[in-house]
Amino acid sequence: MSQVRKYRIYRYQTGRQPFLQTYKIADDAFTGNMLLDALEAIKSQQDPSLSFRRSCGAGVCGSDGMNINGRNGLACMTPLAQMPRVVTIYPMPGMPVIRDLIVDLKQFFNQYKKVKPWLQPSKKLISESDREFIQSKSDRDKLDGLYECILCACCTTACPSYWWNPQKFIGPAGLLAACRFILDTRDGKKEERLRSFEDLYKLYRCRGIMNCVEVCPKGLNPSHAISVIRREMIGLHHQGSMSDQSTNSGG
Amino acid sequence: MIVNKIDRKNYDCIIIGGGGAGLRAAYTLAKSNHKVAVVSKVYPSRSHTCAAQGGINAAVGNAGQHKDDWRFHMYDTVMGSDFLGDQKAIEYMCKEAPDAILELERMGMPFSRDDNGRIYQRSFGGQTVNYGGEIAKRTCAVADRTGHALLHTLYQQCLSLNVNFYSEWFAIDLVRAANGHVVGVVAMDLETSALQFMKSHFTVLATGGAGRIFKSSTNAYTCTGDGLAMAYRLDLPLQDMEMWQFHPTGIFGVGILVSEGTRGEGGYLVNGDNERFMPSYAPHFKDLACRDFVSRCSMIEIREGRGCGPNKDHVGLQLSHLPKAVFKEKLPGITELSRVYANIDPMVDPIPVVPTCHYMMGGIPTNKDAEVVDYNLGSGDQVVPGLYACGEVANVSVHGANRLGANSLLDLVIFGRSAGQSIKDKLDQGVADVPVSDDDVHQAIQRFFEFESNHNSGAAKSVSELRVMMQEIMQNDFGVFRTEISMKTGLEKLKQLDDQIRECQLVDKSKSFNTARVELLELDNLMKVAISTAKSAVYRTESRGAHSREDYQSRNDDSWHCHTIDKIKMDPVKRPVDMSPEIVDAIPLRERAQ
Repeated sequence: MSQVRKYRIYRYQTGRQPFLQTYKIADDAFTGNMLLDALEAIKSQQDPSLSFRRSCGAGVCGSDGMNINGRNGLACMTPLAQMPRVVTIYPMPGMPVIRDLIVDLKQFFNQYKKVKPWLQPSKKLISESDREFIQSKSDRDKLDGLYECILCACCTTACPSYWWNPQKFIGPAGLLAACRFILDTRDGKKEERLRSFEDLYKLYRCRGIMNCVEVCPKGLNPSHAISVIRREMIGLHHQGSMSDQSTNSGG
Repeated sequence: MIVNKIDRKNYDCIIIGGGGAGLRAAYTLAKSNHKVAVVSKVYPSRSHTCAAQGGINAAVGNAGQHKDDWRFHMYDTVMGSDFLGDQKAIEYMCKEAPDAILELERMGMPFSRDDNGRIYQRSFGGQTVNYGGEIAKRTCAVADRTGHALLHTLYQQCLSLNVNFYSEWFAIDLVRAANGHVVGVVAMDLETSALQFMKSHFTVLATGGAGRIFKSSTNAYTCTGDGLAMAYRLDLPLQDMEMWQFHPTGIFGVGILVSEGTRGEGGYLVNGDNERFMPSYAPHFKDLACRDFVSRCSMIEIREGRGCGPNKDHVGLQLSHLPKAVFKEKLPGITELSRVYANIDPMVDPIPVVPTCHYMMGGIPTNKDAEVVDYNLGSGDQVVPGLYACGEVANVSVHGANRLGANSLLDLVIFGRSAGQSIKDKLDQGVADVPVSDDDVHQAIQRFFEFESNHNSGAAKSVSELRVMMQEIMQNDFGVFRTEISMKTGLEKLKQLDDQIRECQLVDKSKSFNTARVELLELDNLMKVAISTAKSAVYRTESRGAHSREDYQSRNDDSWHCHTIDKIKMDPVKRPVDMSPEIVDAIPLRERAQ
C-alpha cells in the first residue's frame, strides 16, 4: 500500500488573508520520489493555482527553496521517503511573499551584488597574460566549498540576523560569495574588499547561529566563510598597524 | 484598443533569455555602453546552462600528452555531426574556441587546474588528435560543474556592467514591423501580469532548448522552446528539428543527467551480465564514441534482453574502479546526484542509466554572425533584419545531426559573442529607427488575449493533461529508433492536441505570479516544437546522426545531405549544407569510424 500523505501548504495572494490549505496525494499517484514531484502532481492533478518556483529539478538551479517542516530546503532534493505523513510547507521565512511559496528575492540579489561578486584581476596579471591566469592546484582548491553556491537563498532566509537587518546585513549567501573572491589568488582587490566590511552590519551582524550551515542543500559552510573573512580582516589590521608603526618610527 | 494601454520602453538591444548565450551577448553590448536589456522568465542564475556538467571544448593544448590544433577539433565536430554541420560555422567556432575560453578564465571562471596551474582538460566523446587518431584531452572543465561556473561568471560580469535585467518576465511574442524588421518583443511581468512592449533596434533569441516535449528528459521544466515558437509563429523557418540528442547516461526513471565526463575519466557502461559492451560496437572509441551511437548501443542491449534490473530496462554506468580522488576532485557533483537521485553510491555500485532526451541540435537557422536567416525555395537565404539567435535555440549549424559532448557550452559562448559583436558593430555605425504601428504590436498580443477570454463548456482537457499526452506521443513515436507508420500517426495526434490547446480554459485568471498562465503559454510553445519535430522526422527518409529510422537504416548522401527547413504553414523543404570553410579545405563526405 502506497503512503497517502497530507500536504499543508501556505497560500497567499495579494489582498487576501493567508491560510494553510491541505492536499492529499498518494506517493504512487505520480512518478518521482522527491517533494517537488509531489508538488507538481498536486498542481497538475488537483489545483493549478498552487504556485511555486522550479526549474532544473536536479538541485543545481536553486529555484525551489521553501520551508519544509520548519527547515529550509530545495523541494527537488527532499526525498519523500524521509518525510512524515504530514508535510507542512511555508515560503522561505523573513522575506515578503508574492504568492503562495514564492517570495520576493530582490533584496537577496541586491545584497549579493553589494559584495561585487566578480573578479577584479590584479594589474600585474593583466599585463602579463594573453592566455589564462596561472593558478596552482592548491590555490584553486581554496575556492572549493565557495564557488558551488546556487543562490537558492535557503541560508540567508534561515538567518535571524538577516531577518532583523535585511538591508544592512549582507547575509550568508552574499558573504560566501565575498569570501570566494577574497580567496581567489587572481583577484587584485582583496584589501578593498575587506575594507568594505568595516562597519557594524555588513559582516559583523553574523552571530554564529549557524542556521546557514544547517540548511545549505549543497553542503556548503557560509559560517566558515564568514570566519575566514574575519580572520583576513584581523590580518589586514595587523599589517596596517605594523606599517603605521614603521612609518611613525621612521618619522 | 488594448495596445494603447501597454507600457513601452526603448532599448538598443533586447536579449530574450538569460542563460550563457544571452549573457555572453549582453556582456559585449554592455561593455561598449549600449543600452541592453535581458528578459528572462527565471532569474538568470536559474537558466539551464547551470546544469551542464562535463566541460567546454577548446584546443588550448594544455594536456601534455599530445599537441592540439583547432583543425583536429573541427574535424571531430564535422564527423560527429554526421556531415550535417555547416563547415564554415564549425571552422569559425573551433578556431575561436581557445580565445573565447581563455577570456572566460580571465573573467574569473574557476576552472580546475593541471599541474602547471593551467586550465584542466579531460577526455570526452568523439574527440581525437590528428584527424581521427588517439583520444584527445580537449574538454576544459570546472570539476563536473562547468555550466554552473560559466553561467555564474557571466552573470557576475553582467552585474558589474549594470545590465538591465527583467528577471521573471515572460516573452509572449516578437513584434515585426510592416517592412519585415523585427522591432522588439511583448513580455509579461510575472509578478503583476502587466504587459510591456520593449522596442529595440535588435532582438536576440537566446531562449534555449525544448527538451520538455519528451516525457523523459534531462532538461529543466523551463526548457519549453519559447523562442522557437515565437519565430515559427512569425512564419520563420526551423531547421533540422528531427535531430534530438538522447544522452546515453540519464539516471533511470528520473532523467537527471550524469556527465559524459564520467566516461572521460575512465568509467564505462555495463549490461545486465555486468559485461562492458561498448568495445564490441566501437573498437576505437569504446565508451567515448559519439552520443547518438552509444545511445543506440544501449537500446540494442536493452531490446535484446541484456538490460540491467528486474525488468532489464536500463544499463549500468560502472565507476567504482576509479580512484577515490577522482570522485572527490573531478566528479563531486555526480557523486552527490547519484546518492540523492539514484539512491546508490557510485564508488560501490554502477549507476542505473538509460538514453534520455538531452539536447536539440535543430533550431532557428542563423549565419555565423548569429543573424537569423529565412529560407525559401527559389530565393534562398535571406537575413531577417533586426533578429538574432544564439545558443540551443539557434541552428548555425555546428552540431548537424549529432552534437559532440562539451560543444554546447562552446556554441553558446562563441555565437553569443558573435551576436553581441555584430550588433555592437551595427549600433556603432548608427541605425535608423523603424516605425512601428499599433497593429504590429497588436499582432504580438492577440494570441495572449484569446487565451485570456477563452470560456469553454468544461469538456476541454487541462494544460497538464494535454502536456502529458504530447510527451507520451513524442517518447513513443519519436525516440531513439523511428518508423514511418508510428511517426505519421503521432503527427496526426499532435495536430489534434494543438487544436485542443485553443479550447484550453485558464481557470485561474489572477494577476499575481500566475504560473498556470505561464504553463498554458509554454504548452502552446512546446506543441509547436513537437509538431515541427514530427514533420521533419517524417520528411527525412534516411538515418543520419541522432535520426535513426528502422525503415531507412543507412545514410543517403545523394538525397539527404541537406538541412530540413520547416515552416508553420508548409511542408518541409531541403536547404544545402555549407561545405565552404574559409581557411581549410572542406572535409569530404565519408563514413564515420567508430
